[in-house]
Amino acid sequence: MLLSHLLSLLIWLPMVGAVAVLAFGRQANAARWLALLTALATFALSIPLWLHYVPALVPSMQFIERVAWIPALNANYALGVDGISVALIVLTTFTSVLVIIGSWGPIETRVSQYMAAMLALEGLLIGVFAATDALLFYVFFEGMLIPMFILIGIWGGPRRVYATLKFFIYTFLGSIFMLVGLIYLHMKTGQFSLDAFAHASLGAKEQAWLFFAFLIAFAIKVPMWPVHTWLPDAHVEAPTGGSVILAAIMLKVGGYGFIRFSLPITPDASQEYAWVVIAMSLIAVVYIGYVALVQEDMKKLVAYSSIAHMGFVTLGIFVALALVRVNNNPVGARLAVQGAMVQMISHGFVSGAMFSCIGVMYDRLHTRMIRDYGGIVNVMPWFAAFMVLFAMANCGLPGTSGFVGEFMVILAAFQDSPLIAAVAAFTLIIGAAYTLWLVKRVVFGEVGNDKVAKMKDLDAREWIVLGAFAAGVLVVGVYPKPLTDLMEPAVQQLVQQLSLAKM
Amino acid sequence: MIQFNPADLATLLPELFLLGATCAILLIDLFLKPAQRDITHWLALVALAVTGFLVWRDAPGQGAAVAAFNGMFLRDGVATVLKVFVLLTTGLVFLYSRGYLRERKLYVGEFYLLLLFATLGMMLLVSAGNLVTVYLGLELLTLSSYALVALNRDSAISSEAAIKYFVLGALASGLLLYGMSMIYGATGTLDLAKIHAVADFSANSPHRTLLAFGLVFLVVGAAFKLGAAPFHMWLPDVYQGAPTAVTLFVGSASKLAAFGMTWRLLDGAMGGMHGQWTQMLAVLAVLSLAVGNVFAIAQTNLKRMLAYSTISHIGFLLLGFVNGSAEGYAAAMFYMISYALMATVAFGMIMLLARAGFEAEEIDDFKGLNQRNPWYAGVMAIAMFSLAGVPPLFGFFAKLMVLKAAIDAGQLWLAIVAIVFAIIGLYYYLRVVKVMYFDEPQDKAALALPADRTFRWALSVNGLALLVLGIAWGPLLDWCNRALAVGVDIAR
Repeated sequence: MLLSHLLSLLIWLPMVGAVAVLAFGRQANAARWLALLTALATFALSIPLWLHYVPALVPSMQFIERVAWIPALNANYALGVDGISVALIVLTTFTSVLVIIGSWGPIETRVSQYMAAMLALEGLLIGVFAATDALLFYVFFEGMLIPMFILIGIWGGPRRVYATLKFFIYTFLGSIFMLVGLIYLHMKTGQFSLDAFAHASLGAKEQAWLFFAFLIAFAIKVPMWPVHTWLPDAHVEAPTGGSVILAAIMLKVGGYGFIRFSLPITPDASQEYAWVVIAMSLIAVVYIGYVALVQEDMKKLVAYSSIAHMGFVTLGIFVALALVRVNNNPVGARLAVQGAMVQMISHGFVSGAMFSCIGVMYDRLHTRMIRDYGGIVNVMPWFAAFMVLFAMANCGLPGTSGFVGEFMVILAAFQDSPLIAAVAAFTLIIGAAYTLWLVKRVVFGEVGNDKVAKMKDLDAREWIVLGAFAAGVLVVGVYPKPLTDLMEPAVQQLVQQLSLAKM
Repeated sequence: MIQFNPADLATLLPELFLLGATCAILLIDLFLKPAQRDITHWLALVALAVTGFLVWRDAPGQGAAVAAFNGMFLRDGVATVLKVFVLLTTGLVFLYSRGYLRERKLYVGEFYLLLLFATLGMMLLVSAGNLVTVYLGLELLTLSSYALVALNRDSAISSEAAIKYFVLGALASGLLLYGMSMIYGATGTLDLAKIHAVADFSANSPHRTLLAFGLVFLVVGAAFKLGAAPFHMWLPDVYQGAPTAVTLFVGSASKLAAFGMTWRLLDGAMGGMHGQWTQMLAVLAVLSLAVGNVFAIAQTNLKRMLAYSTISHIGFLLLGFVNGSAEGYAAAMFYMISYALMATVAFGMIMLLARAGFEAEEIDDFKGLNQRNPWYAGVMAIAMFSLAGVPPLFGFFAKLMVLKAAIDAGQLWLAIVAIVFAIIGLYYYLRVVKVMYFDEPQDKAALALPADRTFRWALSVNGLALLVLGIAWGPLLDWCNRALAVGVDIAR
């Protein structure tokens, strides 16, 4: 009973929690505890999802739920997960707990609304990863803009209104084109099931149109160069918790969308236009890396580094297409998709941790400018240790999660074209440059000023948050096998599907 | 030879009841002191409820239509759905406006009587089976509306709005009547179904020019009543100038009736020329989307902004017509119902914030509402996100259905134009949310809520309904589909 409705529970428990927090959270502490309990319960529920998911089973979609939603349109409340979704759902529930713990102190005004927005966002994100009906997916996909809009707008920095409007309108613009594509596919197939979409036979021209409709939606979400400009603004102005969720999970929705929509529904067009995406990814990796180098605002720097890292995700996904269809190399293709997925999970930990670190500093000095810091290691040794660890993961040091995904993607790209691999590998230099330079300026050296001298080291709450992220970074970095085993069958199925032309 | 069949009166029972009840209320109100006006208020609500019950009880089966008085009056699925929602939204107008009117010394019997007569007109209009009944219902509706807009006699802006409304409305009625006369000339009948059957739309028909001209005038008249650009000029002034209680009515219930009229005239009578009028409506749709969304951005007055937003929504509505099929009309009706329910929340919120001597009609009057009263800020936010078409709210699914209708009709470009303007429109709805949530209030004190508890409850339920209907919109869609017999092949 519990297992058969586990996905619904995972989606709706945080939503119910959000309503409860609004209703009973008049006192800040009540709201915090209620939110924490809900998030913990959701996280606890997501563990059986992982444990009871049987990777070996075919077909790989499990925990299927299906209730007729709109019979007139043949739209269903249809949920189901494969290994890829399970990994992302567990990442979501895990990060949400940390975000709520992390916001315990810093958020002091309208606590209940903040916590409710966070919980609602969590439920919607799980819904995005669990939906197997395109209309339901779209509802969750768009619905999550509302809590994020409120989060940035109320608790954000000085330019929050500009940033949040830009965020909302930009992402809405992308997804609404996808909506037209989905309606078109509904006209062709008579239903909204993703499975039916994947099996619909589509001509080259149709596929091209659909491919670009999906590309706009997901490229903005990822975000890819050149439609990334909303991200630095949103990140800089968002409160720490908002930045963490945004970087760690919401960006993953874009990559997930490519895997769920673009590849299976429009494989031929994806192949034809893979060079567009690959070129955009490489530009993101190299050019955005340089942009990150010159940032003076720490959050902006990490935001740009996120774009560069997500470039690896899109690179891996679309290199896989070339590998399987042009080079006839399914093993390499699996490696590429796996690499992209590991990169997504890893980036979830690393970027979440980096933003949490910046949040810790910001809570003490209320500035994000690099020049206002310096020599933190002298006053906050524990914090410095964590920060250096995450920085190493950010530049892809072996032994951290950052290395695994990037290495797999580069390895796969090499099998397609050494040139692509060479350009992508460039990131190891630039990434190291901007991250290490950041660490040098902020963490090491002489104590920058009197204010820095007075900073206190981590308290228990911050310890938990950073410690948990550190554990994630190290576990995935040292022993990624459980993660890759979980996703392997889904990846295999995807690659197999890719090898078949649709026309 | 027109024959009178007493059994026809039974078909007209809801309308006859409403007429009788209105006349009774008219008499009762004469003997009431101003302090006893609540009696009129509740009697009017009871009259609407009973009428609604009668409509619901006599609802015809799927695809069936009952005609009375030689086809002058039709009771079919569309009429039933529209009447139910017309009565519902009129009831909401009564519930929302009592305190508002009392504070402005407008709490008078005329308001109730004019609204009840207008409701009767709307019920006739959506049931019309004959050009004469269309005109009769329309005039009953619009004449009452002109008077309602001018209800606040001492206000110059209200009077100006009423005169504009009257002059332009009379012009539109004239155009409509002119078109009707041409069609009568070409076909020799006033009956909508007979026009559809008799009129010779073929290319070499001798009446083709006459019919085409008649059609143009009908489309213009309908566009006028709906408020589609470029026939929208009256709308912003009337919305802004009229007392908010009346704006609420003009913006919700009467739009439903205007939809009914448009459908009856264009599909019912001129269905044979739908290749022609879908093109005209496509142009009107694009213009309305453009004018509505772009001009709304510049507004600082919330009522005026909502007026331009109405125009843009009419643009979306017309996308449903462009399909020229039952699915499309069902989608359009679904859209109109969703719009009416959203508009009632938005205007209801303006009345909630309004005080004696303070209209709360500027967008800035909503500043920091979230800090003053989070619940009603949430209700307004739901309405704004719903109007903008963000899932999971009702407005999104209405947009989905009309977009689907346009795409099914092969008008992909029209759907893309619509979504581009929807993105532009997003901005001004978000601005209201921004003002409520991100700005500091001018007056930090908690919002003093109106004493009228029924108003507060109804408004909250109305707001939550947009959320609930966003999750469970299937039954309403099915009802609209059944009313238009989607999926059922019935020879007309």
